Amino acid sequence: MDELKPHSRKLLTIVTEAALEASLCRDLERLGAHGYTITNARGKGSRGKREAGWDSDANIRIDVVCDDATAERISTEMRRRYYDNYAMILLLSDVQVLRPEKF
Amino acid sequence: MDPIILFFMLGLVAGLLKSELRLPSAVYEFVSILLLLSIGLKGGVELALQPFLGLLPDVLVAIVIGLLLPLVAFTVLSRLGGFKRADAASIAAHYGSVSVGTYAVAAAWLTSRGIGFDAHLPLLLVVLEVPAILVGIVLARGIFSDTHWHKVAHEVFLGKGIVLLLGGLLIGWWSDPAALAGIEPLFFDLFKGILAIFLLEMGLIAASRFGSLRQYGIFLLAFGLAMPLFGAVIGAVAGTLMGLSVGGTMLFATLIASASYIAVPAAMRISVPEANPTLSLTASLGITFPFNVLLGIPLYWKLAEAVHAGLPG
Repeated sequence: MDELKPHSRKLLTIVTEAALEASLCRDLERLGAHGYTITNARGKGSRGKREAGWDSDANIRIDVVCDDATAERISTEMRRRYYDNYAMILLLSDVQVLRPEKF
Repeated sequence: MDPIILFFMLGLVAGLLKSELRLPSAVYEFVSILLLLSIGLKGGVELALQPFLGLLPDVLVAIVIGLLLPLVAFTVLSRLGGFKRADAASIAAHYGSVSVGTYAVAAAWLTSRGIGFDAHLPLLLVVLEVPAILVGIVLARGIFSDTHWHKVAHEVFLGKGIVLLLGGLLIGWWSDPAALAGIEPLFFDLFKGILAIFLLEMGLIAASRFGSLRQYGIFLLAFGLAMPLFGAVIGAVAGTLMGLSVGGTMLFATLIASASYIAVPAAMRISVPEANPTLSLTASLGITFPFNVLLGIPLYWKLAEAVHAGLPG
């Protein structure tokens, strides 16, 4: 039962401003992510509160499951391009996946 | 007292008292889509009744004002206010562009008093959205910068505002007037109710900006009140010289007086990331929008009447 054997991957979670969605999606594909999941989010951080009431006040949360090297590439690029001027946090964790060919 | 203004004040008060009231973002989104489409459709229906080429001079005047107004705002903000270049450019772009919400309130104000206005005002609304954004980016970055203009163009021309306003205009223009009757109940008859819900949410949003107002102080407050007054005078004089009716002049003055909070913040966030969005949104949503809605609109009517009486129209 090979499909049931878990494989190790990285889960990279990006929480950032909704305004960045289009350009982040381009970045992720360019940097080798095979897919991603976006959810609407709201919350509070060092750049204030975002309550998702209207267009410029919304956050998104992007989850990317990928291999170690891709996670490294993405987080380096995020740090370089967005940390200075945008509200953004990155979370990195180890996960087990059951369909390794998808990631 | 106009009920839609009371809805706005309800939102303001509820927000200031930290009420639990929140409109789901999907509702806000839907209501603003309806407003944009209604304004576009109404303009399109009226535009179908007149020759298009006659409108070109007015469109050109709107473009010129949209290009010059941010330059004035930028000079004031950077020279007198001491704002950083990127911040001054971004705020200037907000004030050079227009607010559809303010326009909707002003149009409803006229309609409820039985005052007519020129049919092409919605077209001028669309035209005025754009030039200030480009000026703002050039002011922040310089003209030969590495700005990705195709991305900016995509953001500006394919943003929600322009697509729905222009789309509504074209649908209204091309539709068979008799067949339009079927969609009138939603877009025209319910307009004021939709506007009331929109203003309730705008009150909540404006109230949430008051906190940052204390932080940024007196200059931003003064700018947020003086800039719309200056814009209104320019708009009233230009509108009269363009030969608009008194109602049309008042609407044009209101447009020039208003500051954007949808198209420009999105475009600036992408194109001038180092500008602090809190500054421009505090000014445009926390100060100028409430000022225009509560005090400005009746004032701009008086102004339009006065300029019409004083200038040969």
